[in-house]
Amino acid sequence: MTIQPLLTVEQLTKTYGEIQACDRISFSLYPGQILGIIGESGSGKTTLLNAIAHRLPIDSGQVTYHNSIKPTHLAQLPEPDRRRLMRTEWGFVQQNPRDGLRMNVTAGANIGERLMDIGQRHYGNIRTAASKWLAQVEIPPERIDAFPHTFSGGMQQRLQLARVLVTQPKLVLMDEPTGGLDVSVQARLLDLLRSLVRTLNLSVILVTHDIGVVRLLAHRLMVMQGGQVVEQGLTDQVLDDPQHPYTQQLVSATLLP
Amino acid sequence: MISGSIPSQQIPSQQISDQQISSQPALPRFAAQTLLQAEQVHKGFTLHAQGGLHLSVLAGISLTVNQGDCVALQGASGSGKSTLMRSLYANYRVDSGNIWVKHQDSWRDLTQCQPHELIAIRQHTIGYVSQFLRVIPRVPALEVAAEPLIETGVSKSEAFAKVRSLFTHLNLPERLWSLSPTTFSGGEKQRVNIARAFAVDRPILLLDEPTAALDANNREAVMQLIEEKKAQGCGLVGIFHDADVRSSVCNRTLTF
Amino acid sequence: MNTATTNLTEPGFNFAYLDEQTKRSIRRGLLKAVAIPGHQIPFSSREMPMSYGWGTGGIQVTASVIGKSDTLKVIDQGADDTTNAVNIRRFFKKVCGVKTTEKTTEATLIQTRHRIPETPLNEGQVMVYQVPIPEPLRWIEPSEPETRKMHALEEYGAMYVKLYEDITQYGHIATAYDYPVMVNNRYMMRPSPIPRFDNPKLNMNPALQLFGAGREKRLYALPPYTTVKSLDFEDHPFSVETWDKPCEFCGATDSYLDEVVIDNEGGRMWICSDTDYCEETQKS
Repeated sequence: MTIQPLLTVEQLTKTYGEIQACDRISFSLYPGQILGIIGESGSGKTTLLNAIAHRLPIDSGQVTYHNSIKPTHLAQLPEPDRRRLMRTEWGFVQQNPRDGLRMNVTAGANIGERLMDIGQRHYGNIRTAASKWLAQVEIPPERIDAFPHTFSGGMQQRLQLARVLVTQPKLVLMDEPTGGLDVSVQARLLDLLRSLVRTLNLSVILVTHDIGVVRLLAHRLMVMQGGQVVEQGLTDQVLDDPQHPYTQQLVSATLLP
Repeated sequence: MISGSIPSQQIPSQQISDQQISSQPALPRFAAQTLLQAEQVHKGFTLHAQGGLHLSVLAGISLTVNQGDCVALQGASGSGKSTLMRSLYANYRVDSGNIWVKHQDSWRDLTQCQPHELIAIRQHTIGYVSQFLRVIPRVPALEVAAEPLIETGVSKSEAFAKVRSLFTHLNLPERLWSLSPTTFSGGEKQRVNIARAFAVDRPILLLDEPTAALDANNREAVMQLIEEKKAQGCGLVGIFHDADVRSSVCNRTLTF
Repeated sequence: MNTATTNLTEPGFNFAYLDEQTKRSIRRGLLKAVAIPGHQIPFSSREMPMSYGWGTGGIQVTASVIGKSDTLKVIDQGADDTTNAVNIRRFFKKVCGVKTTEKTTEATLIQTRHRIPETPLNEGQVMVYQVPIPEPLRWIEPSEPETRKMHALEEYGAMYVKLYEDITQYGHIATAYDYPVMVNNRYMMRPSPIPRFDNPKLNMNPALQLFGAGREKRLYALPPYTTVKSLDFEDHPFSVETWDKPCEFCGATDSYLDEVVIDNEGGRMWICSDTDYCEETQKS
């Protein structure tokens, strides 16, 4: 059982003045796994996600990405390489699809952008890839020339997913991806995420405050409170046998965990 | 905001990090036919909402499961049989003791394993039939039941074929196979659960009241499946509400 | 230089209107721009006796590089006789006393808006372009620090999104003016609002080409013989406009034609946009 982790986070710390947004966070993420991070608003979940991607400067600690060739310390990665990594092997899915999509260009261009970023210059091929990924995320490929604002919230979120997945990333960071969706739409997205994770062997860090979402999606779970990880383990361990007072409160406050 | 009530020093985050490689103590000797050995398992629950009330449930339970065994956990409600069962699946984290499991020819202590190791052990070694079925709405029963088998690397068509034959054996009406189990009755859900666990060839199976919601006919079908697993050399541990089922399939009993 | 010319300058102004310090600082900016072809150099754009949008960037560049022996040509939409061209030409005549011309071949310095002359340029000639918006990435990224970073890291994928959208919407790349180019295989550049018909003339041009944006306070340049490639897709290669008729004045078939309405009955004619080229062709 010597599987290499895809990502290791060691003692990651980020403060905003007096506030400890992330206090010495450590974990490893393995290929094909979904790691859920739950906690209430202000617990540091989103900051952690941004800190992992080095989208904001961190105070101390280390994030190491183990791709097939050699381990990469994100902090030491030159900015061009890091930005490139974020557009190829990593992906970021925003809670609000309007933040993750270009609303003024068509669905096809939204999906094609990452391909054009990495130098693809064949219109026909880009279009073929865009239709393929539309189908993968269950959007009719006929909608390729439609603008995202004509899509429903669930479709926009799936389009955002396609936009990220088109470069076949290994790691996807998601910030409340099901946040603004109604329950039936949520279910469809959850199911889609689950099957994509399996077929593409994706690793996902999923930030949410919805225990139902992590119960169905996440293999492992970290519970955050006040910038600290107060409990972590297999999702069912943490939810069925919560040890920390905060986790117990969180689980008992959920209607149908 | 409840964070104020918990001093941050109390639980430094690095203590519960999973960075370190799990340290496994020296291996005790196991008999060749042994599949699972629980030693001196202690487990209690601290209820923080009730002023830190501590309930001790398991106090030094030991259990050995060998090939072909079907061990019944028996006792009054609240005696701890479910707690032990869940501990054997690492669903509950024990306070002390060891739970040794033979996983792909090596012995692993569940109480010391990292989450990703537990995922692998559950995938290949320990199956669990729960009383509940938690699924994403919209996924058809056939896919729900085939999922664990597909995850072990079996092809979709092969996995579906196996699940279809199990569904047939369990008398699950074919019109339900393509529907999401969210709307199923208790007995139908339970049979999906059973098919899900029995489809994969895992040496250890934990059964939490597998026949509770079933009629006599389907109970019989499940008992047949259990007998087949025993004959294949699997070790089973179960909680059986039904005394007839218990006495028929179990060769040993652990009383609480 | 003869004294007669010098006597014609308006008294009370420094040569070429700007003071020597300002001209020197703009020339320093231009040297940087020449050193890094296609890269935008900030400069402290001055107030000029005309409003932004009328070529203040181009005028400052012209004023900084013009010398007494230069012969100036000014074109606007290809014509030497439009208001803007006439006024700028008159302005420099007044503050420099230099010779002016309408002939491309006679000019040493050509300030232009919207066109590159049809007559091929030669070594030693200088083109000065008036630029309204210098930043090619502006449409997709409003933040200046971010576009600078995109240039620094050569992240130009977003620009192709625009071309993709053109093809998707119109079946071809419909950008007709200010068609983005890659300079020296490194920097993406807006060539100012010249028709894409003129884009090929930017490439490997023997003349020095200078670009000035007054309101946006940016300078950039193409030194002689710089490779300039118009962006395109492999399966939708860059192409220029063509016309199925010749110029009705001179009969040229190789020039950029303007459509002119000639009466109230909807009558139209197609004529060269480059007036000098049209006259030269008619003469020959």
